Amino acid sequence: MTAAYQRRAWVQQIMGMPVSVHVRCDDPSAAHVEHRVAAVFAELRHADAVFSPYRDDSDLSRWQRGELTLHSANVPLTKADAAFAEADAALVKAGAALAEANGTLAEAAAALAEVNGTLPKADFTLAEVVALCEQARLRTGGWFDARADGRTYDPSGLVKGWAVQRAARNLAGLHGYGWCLNAGGDVLVHAPDGRPPWRVGIEDPDRPSRTTGVITVRDGAVATSGTAHRGAHITDPHTRAPATKVRAVTVTGPDLLWADVYATAAAARGTDAIDWLNSLPRIEAQLLTTTGTTHTTTGWSGG
Amino acid sequence: MRRVTLWVLSTVAVLVLLFTYRTSTMGPTTTPPAAIAAAPGQNAPAAARAGSGGGTYEGSVAQTRWGPVQVTITVSGGRITGVDVPVFPAGNRRDEEINAFALPVLRQETVEAQSAEIDTVSGATVTSDGYIASLQAALDAAHLS
Repeated sequence: MTAAYQRRAWVQQIMGMPVSVHVRCDDPSAAHVEHRVAAVFAELRHADAVFSPYRDDSDLSRWQRGELTLHSANVPLTKADAAFAEADAALVKAGAALAEANGTLAEAAAALAEVNGTLPKADFTLAEVVALCEQARLRTGGWFDARADGRTYDPSGLVKGWAVQRAARNLAGLHGYGWCLNAGGDVLVHAPDGRPPWRVGIEDPDRPSRTTGVITVRDGAVATSGTAHRGAHITDPHTRAPATKVRAVTVTGPDLLWADVYATAAAARGTDAIDWLNSLPRIEAQLLTTTGTTHTTTGWSGG
Repeated sequence: MRRVTLWVLSTVAVLVLLFTYRTSTMGPTTTPPAAIAAAPGQNAPAAARAGSGGGTYEGSVAQTRWGPVQVTITVSGGRITGVDVPVFPAGNRRDEEINAFALPVLRQETVEAQSAEIDTVSGATVTSDGYIASLQAALDAAHLS
């Protein structure tokens, strides 16, 4: 080792929450590290633009108003390319006819540009998220439900974990580097062989400046749902009332999308969710009830 | 107390921008000034006066919509011994009240984070407004290990 193993952090506010990236390596100021981290933030901002329920111009809002369809939204890149080519060919013909008709090629080109501009975005992923929400509903026995309140379709509870998981792919390319991505309290980490794992403190919901325990994670996710910062914001999909039995539930697993979904579902379900969590492969959890008792899965390692 | 909390929630987000700057690792032997620089979008250069295993690290001055904000961290023996905010909006009494409340919280949690020996915190979703007073904010500021 020629250089010191250093740690560096970046923080940005995205989706209304702090997102921090910590990188451990010999050269945290190197340009390629900067670029990877910038790509993480850029991808999360893009996800916010697509999925924000608070933005009128998000794809989610437009879909809910009927201005987009999932079919057109979910055109994979190759299909979109084919569609472009097909449309172009058709437009060339149309353009030729137009040019012939009124003799103005410029007008035809303008028409071509206009039609191209109305083709669906190729990187549009709303349909993937909708499909994942349905998968999450089935996997959680209905305790995770994007339609929990019975009025609106809100995939936010899944989008965050999904987006962070995807954005972290930018860091996975940093071979031999350790990294920790924390999105408003949901954590995804990687520590390379021969380097120390990450020590993840579990927040005390009654005193958020303290922790109730620490778990060490080399590769994987830690997600927490609860009422500590935003009150009873999780809706019981069955009663459509705010879920209040769980003060906080922390779930660890191989990926953040599912750890986060399971934590949200467990918070909605209540104390007996710990038995369900115990039955899930590669998932461990700690659940604190509002009455002050702590339940853990058999493999939970948090002190 | 409740009124104080509301003040903090409504306006203390200004201090969140303190943490968009970057600092060096806090390892006991590494305090390279080069690792401290202005965050993207911030033009003011940062400076560090690093001694043996410590020093004073000045974040760049972030221009927020409430006014300029700058944070300074003092490190000794690889540990944060002080957090100061030399530049902050203080245009009126309300600003001063917020600073009087938020800054001691930040300092205290920075110290607590070190004693906990943790890298990061998993908890119920923190909002941007609540970030300044969070343990994670202290960890982000300090890069503890």
